[in-house]
Amino acid sequence: MSAETLARWQFGITTVYHFFFVPITIALSMLVAIMQTIWVRTGDEKMLRLTKFYGKLFLINFAMGLVTGIVQEFQFGMNWSEYSRFVGDIFGAPLALEALLAFFLESVFIGLWIFGWDRLPKKVHLATIWLASVGTMISAIFILAANSWMQNPVGATYNPITDRAEMTSLLDVLLNPVALVTLPHILSTAYMTAGGLVLGIAGWHLAKLAKVANPSEKQQKDISAYTWATKFGAWVLLGAGVATIITGDIQGKIMTEVQPMKMAAAEALWETEQPAAFSLLTIGTLDGSREVFSIKIPMVLSFLATGTFDGKVEGINPLAKEYAAGRLISPDNRLQQEAAERLTASGLLANPSDWVPNIPVTYWTFRIMMGLGFLAMAIGAFVLWTLRKGLPKDSKLWTSLMWTAPLAPLFGISFGWIFTEMGRQPFIVNGVLPVAAAESPGVSAWEVATTMVLYTVIYGALAVVAIALFMHYLKLGLPDVVEPEVLTDDDAPLTFAY
Amino acid sequence: MIALAIEPTVLQTLWFILIAVLWIGYLVLEGFDYGVAMLIPFLGRNDKEKRVIVNTIGPVWDGNQVWLLTAGGATFAAFPGWYATLFSGLYLPLFLVLVGLIIRGIAFEYRSKHPEAKWRNSFDWMASIGSFIVALVFGVGFANFIIGLPVAPDTTSSFLYVVTPSPYFWQLFSWFGLLGGVTLVALFLFHGSLYLALKTKGEVHDRARAFAEKAGFVAIGLGAVFLLAQQFVHPTGVLGWVLLVLSAAGLLAAWWFNKQDRNGLAFISTAVTILFVAIGIFLTMWPGLGFKDAAGAVDSPLNVVTAASTEGTLTVMTVAAVIFVPIVLAYTSWTYWVFRRRLGVENMPDEVVAAA
Repeated sequence: MSAETLARWQFGITTVYHFFFVPITIALSMLVAIMQTIWVRTGDEKMLRLTKFYGKLFLINFAMGLVTGIVQEFQFGMNWSEYSRFVGDIFGAPLALEALLAFFLESVFIGLWIFGWDRLPKKVHLATIWLASVGTMISAIFILAANSWMQNPVGATYNPITDRAEMTSLLDVLLNPVALVTLPHILSTAYMTAGGLVLGIAGWHLAKLAKVANPSEKQQKDISAYTWATKFGAWVLLGAGVATIITGDIQGKIMTEVQPMKMAAAEALWETEQPAAFSLLTIGTLDGSREVFSIKIPMVLSFLATGTFDGKVEGINPLAKEYAAGRLISPDNRLQQEAAERLTASGLLANPSDWVPNIPVTYWTFRIMMGLGFLAMAIGAFVLWTLRKGLPKDSKLWTSLMWTAPLAPLFGISFGWIFTEMGRQPFIVNGVLPVAAAESPGVSAWEVATTMVLYTVIYGALAVVAIALFMHYLKLGLPDVVEPEVLTDDDAPLTFAY
Repeated sequence: MIALAIEPTVLQTLWFILIAVLWIGYLVLEGFDYGVAMLIPFLGRNDKEKRVIVNTIGPVWDGNQVWLLTAGGATFAAFPGWYATLFSGLYLPLFLVLVGLIIRGIAFEYRSKHPEAKWRNSFDWMASIGSFIVALVFGVGFANFIIGLPVAPDTTSSFLYVVTPSPYFWQLFSWFGLLGGVTLVALFLFHGSLYLALKTKGEVHDRARAFAEKAGFVAIGLGAVFLLAQQFVHPTGVLGWVLLVLSAAGLLAAWWFNKQDRNGLAFISTAVTILFVAIGIFLTMWPGLGFKDAAGAVDSPLNVVTAASTEGTLTVMTVAAVIFVPIVLAYTSWTYWVFRRRLGVENMPDEVVAAA
């Protein structure tokens, strides 16, 4: 395998792995902040117990997101040095701003939150988790602006003297239409995941407690807390689910405009159709040559892509042919216009087939993403329906639903990312720089291979430890709490220490 | 000092200084938590003592680490050419740094989550070894920036410079490179044990002080050799010698104050040493950014001018830095104020409270 292929795999593996922890960090921090706020305002002990319980699970997850995130920031320079040089004038800024505005906020205030229970007055301590949570969202703004720029490189010009892309406006980069819709989409899916997690864990405990014939006073308290959390999680999951659908729909229309090939690839739509049917699933090959069986819904793809039921959706074959002949992906995009000559001269995309992403991957990841999202929403609705009539019955079905509630949106997000990144191929910067021209020339295949094996071993070992810890505390359930007080005696034991 | 074909602009100069500041922040702050973490298995005789040690850095290490990430991000934004060539050129050393950061990062959070001695010892060793690796590699790295990493234009894109010959790995471990690595480890151990003495009371405090006295000897010895060698490897004139004297004075003062049990002053003294050593190193990296021409020309082809972003990007980044760096400094200082109390075994609750 070439260094480029290995570097692609390395980026894929480390990024997908890192992003398992990101949605929970972003959204669970906020849900915990909400729980703690209710506790501070009402003094309800139940809310303090929930805060500490989900807070601990959040921290186990946060540590993993933190250490795997450092790899991400280094990886651009390590594996993709020509990319870093070519786009650094634009792409580096959001990364630096992310560190300065978001990482400091998150890290410092998480530290204050963990260790500050008996050092800070109640309301100041509450503010720390809010600030940390806001930090995670600021981080999302910048990193998604950076990624959206790779999908739709706005606010930039090509400078032939330095042979690189240069920034014309940071505001254009941050207000990229792709970024503006990707941000709420990703945040919504993060809340689906965290909502599903709160729901799943509480619902699982609830069903166990429902079996107890004569619950003790403590068990009754637990039931009350878990019932609240199950419903809360379900509402978050459903609300975020609706937001995910709406933002996803807008995303589809913008994608059709700035990345029509990705839209066609999502559907394995080989020839242009008007009106275009939405393919629910296909059995057979996806190369357009042989279709054994498929279910299609007429006109739906036209609506998804263009907003009208008779809109034209361009197919893979005509697009690839025209691109290879010199058609620009976004004719109004300044960087794509100016770098067109450079792209042709590279000779990397001379044939129409060079312009086509991996269709089976884009087709199926797109469907699995949506399917998992709808599944999670269905579970949320089912749980709310069940709880109307009292406590749930413990059953294998219930347990598997509780597992699926967080895992479906979590994996849905992974498939969504794989779709959006694979659908951008062969480009690393859409219409400007092919991935093949972006790697580090000085890094050999064996270096990438060696580090990839070691990353995989380390990440695998970390997963075992983190999942074991997560399961341990998940099963322990709600902790007993003492009302935290600000310590004044220097020799008194702390109420919390590592 | 070398004259460049094109004079650096004000913003290019400013961002070189800012990146140096970020590195200094990282070395001073995370330097002590590397030192402390390296010492967990050695200075804690029982679990409570180890917990005292861990808790002195528990609330702050994560924020300290962000200085490194910000230095990396700022390098990417302000000097993409520097970031691209350095990070790909030092591929394997940076991988080692990442491994070190991963295993130590996870250790602090996870050690407390399970009471078993074996579990905790494993994480203590991960914190210790991880911190050691990172300190060692950065020491070797900075020594090599002083020597200069040889770069040549890439064969396909003449605008991209590549560290040659590649892979450039064993070449890093010259005697001077190794000396840099060992010296930084010793310096962090000294700095960290002084921090520990400052933040603890009772037996842990006494032991940290006693260790600092020994670590101080080693750090002073190695520091002297390294600083003198630096003047011969890459002389920077009178200024270099002034910085050498200031760095050495900091080390000696730290040792003296520690002997007097003046923990705050001792800690500030090693911080001052790190500051002046770093200034000295960044002085040698101006304007070539720690690179040199593989073909043997006097000037590095990759330098503060050729590696820089556009003036437009540097301008918006400057605005952001002017607004947010003071804010970050303010809340970071406040955190240190909140956790200002010394810790002793009597402060450790018997059970690790099973709560966030």
